[in-house]
Amino acid sequence: MYHPHLAEICDALKKATISAFTEAECVLPPDVREAIRRSAECERDPVAQQELKNILDNVEIAASNRVPICQDTGVPVCYLTLPPQIPFCNEILEAIGKGVEEATELVPLRPNVVDPCTRENRGKNVGAGMPLIHVSTADCLSITAFPKGAGSENLSRIAMLLPAERERIVDFVVETMLIAGGRPCPPVILGVGIGSTFEGVAALAKLALLEPVTDMDPFERALCDAVNRLGIGPMGLGGETTALAVKVKRADCHTASLPVAVNVQCWACRRARVVVEGPF
Amino acid sequence: MILHTPLDERVLGLHAGDRILLSGTIFTARDRAHERMLSEGIPFDPRGAVIYHSGPLVKEGRIVAAGPTTSARLDPFTPPLIEAGVRGVIGKGGMGADVAQALVGRGIYLAFTGGCAALAASRMRLKGVIWEDLGMAEAIWIIELNELPLVVGIDAHGRSLYAEVHRTAERAFAEREYGKDAIC
Repeated sequence: MYHPHLAEICDALKKATISAFTEAECVLPPDVREAIRRSAECERDPVAQQELKNILDNVEIAASNRVPICQDTGVPVCYLTLPPQIPFCNEILEAIGKGVEEATELVPLRPNVVDPCTRENRGKNVGAGMPLIHVSTADCLSITAFPKGAGSENLSRIAMLLPAERERIVDFVVETMLIAGGRPCPPVILGVGIGSTFEGVAALAKLALLEPVTDMDPFERALCDAVNRLGIGPMGLGGETTALAVKVKRADCHTASLPVAVNVQCWACRRARVVVEGPF
Repeated sequence: MILHTPLDERVLGLHAGDRILLSGTIFTARDRAHERMLSEGIPFDPRGAVIYHSGPLVKEGRIVAAGPTTSARLDPFTPPLIEAGVRGVIGKGGMGADVAQALVGRGIYLAFTGGCAALAASRMRLKGVIWEDLGMAEAIWIIELNELPLVVGIDAHGRSLYAEVHRTAERAFAEREYGKDAIC
C-alpha cells in the first residue's frame, strides 16, 4: 500500500515546506508588489503616499536582507497538492509539521501558535490542528505556504444571508471594512467566499486570497471600488487605497442558503508555492 | 523635519498629518510592560520619552524585525504615562478619545506603517533591555533610532486623523450607492 520511497518523499516535502515559508515570509509576491506600486502612483494625499513608500521600502529591505516582511510571521496555513501516485497519509502531514518547526528556527518565525484556552505557547508553531493543511489533488506534489497574521484575520466576518439577499453581499463586504477601519493594516486584500456551507464559505474566502491580485472581474472590481469609496486609506490615515483588490470564490449551496465570508488580509499577502520534483 | 528624543515642547506645535523623521532613544512596550509600569513605576526617565508599541524579533543582540503593534489595546494604560511626562507614543491604528484628550498640550501620537518590520529594523540599533523576564515580545527594549519616517496621527491640539477618517468612512457608507456590477 505504501509508496516504496515514502521516506525520501517526506524528506523532500519537509525541505520544500521550509523553502516555501522562508520565501513567503521574506519576499512579497510580484503581483502584490505591483498592486502596491500602482496604488502609490495614484495616491495624491502626501500621508498616504508616505505610507505606501514605507511599505515598498520595507518589502525591498526584507527581500534583500532575507528577513521577515512583518514581525507577525503569522500562523502556518498550508495548501498541499498530491499527485495520484503519492498516498495521502499521516507521514505526509507530519513532514509538513516538521518543516514548519524547522522554519520557525531558521527564518526565524515568531512563535505565535498557542493553546486556545490555556494560551500555552510551545514555541514551535505546531500543535493541535497546526499547521492547518488544506489538501487537494493535482498532477504534482506541491506545498503553498500562506502564513496568516492575526491583525487582519481577527476582522474577518461570516454571514448566513437569505437567498433573496444577493444585493446585500456588497453591503456586507463594505461594512466589514468599515468596522475594520485602519486596524487590519490597509491597504487590504479581501478574499470573499460566496456559497457552499458555513465552514466551506470561510475556506473559499481564504482560497480567494491565493489568486493574483492584479486581475479582477467586473464584480470584484465593483466590490473593490465600493470599499475604496470609504476613504480609510493606507493604515487608516485616509486616502484612495483602502483595498488593493477584492477576490471572489464561489461554490454551489443549499437552495435555502446564501453563505458569505470575508477574509481580511493586510497588504502583506505572503504566499509562496514550491513544487517537489520527482521522479516518485 | 527631524526630531530627536527626548522630545521638547516644540512637538506640541505639530499638526495631525505632519510627516517627521525621529532619531534618538525610544522604549518598546506592549500589554504586559504597560501593566507592570502602572503597578511598579516607569523604569526609565519618562520626561520627553517616546514609547514604541512593538514586540520586536531579536536574535543574537540584534533587532531582526520590529513593526508596530495595534495601539488601541494600550488605551487604558496610556494617560498615566503621558501625565508622567511621556511626550510621544509610536504605534499603528491610532488611540481612543481618552488618550487624545490626555495628549492635549502634553504630547503626540506618531503613526508608523503597520507591517514595516524590516524597514524599522534597518533604522534601529539595540542599546539594552528592561524586564527581559516578560519574554521577547513583551520586554522593554531600549533602541537607538536613526530617522524613522512617521506621521503625526494625533496632535497636541486634540486633532486625530483616525477619528476624522472614521467619520468620513461612516458618512460614505451611509450615502452608499452601487452600480449593477456590484450585484452577484
